[in-house]
Amino acid sequence: MNSNAVGKLTSTPGQTVGPFYGYALPFAKDRELLAPGSPGSIRLQGTVYDGAGHPIPDAILEIWQADADGKVPHRTGSLVRDGYTFTGFGRSAVGNTGVFTFTTVNPGPTEEGAAPFIAVAVFARGLMNRLFTRVYLPEDEEALAKDPLLSSLDPDRRRTLIAHRDPDGGLSWDIRLQGDGETVFLDFSSAEGASK
Amino acid sequence: MPEEINLDVFNADPITEDVSDEATEAAPKTHAPAVHALDTAAESQADLSAEMKAIGEAYAQALKGGAPAETQPRLDYAPYRSSVLRHPTKDLHHADPETIELYSPAFGHMDVHALEADLTIGHNGEPLGERIVVSGRVLDGDGRPVTGQLVEIWQANSAGRYIHKRDQHPAPLDPNFTGVGRCITGADGSYSFTTIKPGAYPWKNHLNAWRPAHIHFSLFGQEFTQRIVTQMYFPGDQLFPLDPIYQSIVDQDARDRLVATYNHEQTKPEWALAYNWDIVLTGSKRTWTENEALGAGGDENE
Repeated sequence: MNSNAVGKLTSTPGQTVGPFYGYALPFAKDRELLAPGSPGSIRLQGTVYDGAGHPIPDAILEIWQADADGKVPHRTGSLVRDGYTFTGFGRSAVGNTGVFTFTTVNPGPTEEGAAPFIAVAVFARGLMNRLFTRVYLPEDEEALAKDPLLSSLDPDRRRTLIAHRDPDGGLSWDIRLQGDGETVFLDFSSAEGASK
Repeated sequence: MPEEINLDVFNADPITEDVSDEATEAAPKTHAPAVHALDTAAESQADLSAEMKAIGEAYAQALKGGAPAETQPRLDYAPYRSSVLRHPTKDLHHADPETIELYSPAFGHMDVHALEADLTIGHNGEPLGERIVVSGRVLDGDGRPVTGQLVEIWQANSAGRYIHKRDQHPAPLDPNFTGVGRCITGADGSYSFTTIKPGAYPWKNHLNAWRPAHIHFSLFGQEFTQRIVTQMYFPGDQLFPLDPIYQSIVDQDARDRLVATYNHEQTKPEWALAYNWDIVLTGSKRTWTENEALGAGGDENE
């Protein structure tokens, strides 16, 4: 099948999630990694903006994260939340004002001294392929300063990946697909063909 | 789980303000496919086709000049008008995936019932249209099967209509078809859905814009970096050269990777046509343990 010169398979192209995922991808309690209000729970909230600074009403986000102790969850059951099992995965379609909301925990560092972050995938109508990014917790400045990704970025780009801590303990973090304050999106591929 | 069409959910779905470029509320509510619905200012297919042709020719030229083949869609592909303000203008930043990104959320048979792979059941009657079985394997870039992982699909019905408030083009809903399915891949990475061949449908990217028939696929790998959402197409569709979403993949070999193959051997007499489509995720970055390499994830092992 899709072999290339080095004997590896070439990956299948992505395509836009389109406008009609709304009856397919959302599921009950999809954005509640923990029950809202439960001990240790926080809100992660933000708005997805386009290049004109307008909220995007048809985007859907996924988060994937370690638990409060920095352990990577290996538990099934995200699609049928039992209210107790932390699976580390959540999905939130934005509302018609472009706002997404998750209830989760502050992830712990997955390694000693590492800066804790939540992995994020962004999908939207008009977005040809999913985008990966990260949202870092703002507190541990020493760890943030040593983070390999953050330290490879200019200060004005770096700040797009760091959440703001709200007075109530929640995290605020917006996504800008384009323009002023454009969020840093990540390319994990090494050898494959360009996508620009 | 296949469900009755839930009109509460259907009606509760918010209509968003920016619908000008999609199948839309502006479409006529009655049987009037005609002129009054058409925006005289809309761009023609010829305009769009000329733009797409120019991009294709520039890519062919670049290939001749030794540029590498592109394997993914262009994020910046202006003929898909909705992409203009929704693509990053800065290069994606190369990053080495870190711990959490080297693992994937786990899904299993707790999450998905086996019957969810059959989109033709769970209603009061049989859906209308051409019954098909779409099957294949999910593999990683090294050819290893992606086992015990979640596959989600959604699609229009045979008339080209989605159960979505924003799709109001004058084609009928089918009370016996919702168009949503899920499954968990087998030990060999295999998946199989029984469904109805979706119809083409109009959208508002430009005047007389029609999407080729397709099924949306959402896939997880063994690492979060392998996450992908894409669309599967059917062989020989006459709309391919006209569709900016398909054409956003400028490389023909790459486009072909989204097109299923008809399989007469697997076609079931008096029952369903068979299509095959394998999905290859990006290569994995993590060194797998032997246990993982053998496969069998999910809750069966917990």
